Amino acid sequence: MQAGKVGVVSLSVGFATGLYGISFGALAVASGLDIWQTCVLSLFMFSGGSQFAFIGVLGSGGLISLPAAILSSWLLGVRNGFYAVNMSSLLQTLGLKRVVAAQLTIDESTAVALSREGEEQAKGFWLTGGYVFLFWNIMTLIGALLGSSIGDPKVWGLDAAAAAAFVALVWPRLKNSRMRLTGFFSAFVAIVSSPFVPVGVPILLAGAVGVAIWALPNKART
Amino acid sequence: MNLWLGVLAASAAVYSWKLIGFLIPTKSLKHPRIADLAALVTVALLSGLVGVQTLVSDSRVELDARLPAVLVAIVLMVLRAPFIVVVAVAAAVAAVLRMWF
Repeated sequence: MQAGKVGVVSLSVGFATGLYGISFGALAVASGLDIWQTCVLSLFMFSGGSQFAFIGVLGSGGLISLPAAILSSWLLGVRNGFYAVNMSSLLQTLGLKRVVAAQLTIDESTAVALSREGEEQAKGFWLTGGYVFLFWNIMTLIGALLGSSIGDPKVWGLDAAAAAAFVALVWPRLKNSRMRLTGFFSAFVAIVSSPFVPVGVPILLAGAVGVAIWALPNKART
Repeated sequence: MNLWLGVLAASAAVYSWKLIGFLIPTKSLKHPRIADLAALVTVALLSGLVGVQTLVSDSRVELDARLPAVLVAIVLMVLRAPFIVVVAVAAAVAAVLRMWF
């Protein structure tokens, strides 16, 4: 990604990422949130994976699954904590600026920052985080407005779109056989446990598969 | 539980990771073993969501238009299609299948 000016790279990453805020907005409304709640999620949660997880669990279980929805989105947010550790030492910010930097710490801003060198790292972080935030929230609103005017979400295949969104989110992370195995087993456990436990719990059981595989000895570890 | 309360609680919970990352001493979380756990849990949760969103409805395993749509999504990921295309095509596949059958 070193090719291209940092401003151009940030803008294109921000716009491309923001664009799928449309699908988030439409799916969030289909899952039972109103337009305001949908926009608040994009403004304050601001982490695609967690947001999709929240509405995914909520959409299939309703209000009763709210605790599981909160827990799933929280657990999926953990990677941002690791990005934050890296960005913290890279940015060296203090006070209010640090509070804002924390909110902008997501996959994309971290990736662009780490792909640059020297002073462009901080610039890449702020620009990418800012552009993603801007476009993600605008597109969320557009998606929510569209979603609330189309009626039954199933007729438009929005339930399949939600599944495809998770495929697209997980796919780049299946880098080696250990990750692919983790993906396979956790999906399997989530599916077969679904008839027997409350809605949302299968997702948490899937997460537990990840912890179990972590606890196993790993030959490939360096 | 009130839906608004849930939205705000979940948002605060997700933000807490980001803020913690900025506040704690840098060394402690850079341990590769901890980073490995985060990577595995992320993949596991997302894969669980793929499984449930594709094959489960109302706590029952159900084969319907979602499965072919997700298979098409996987093919598109292999072909390196952008996110928005993958999601839109999957929706279209499911919608068209439901129109026909």
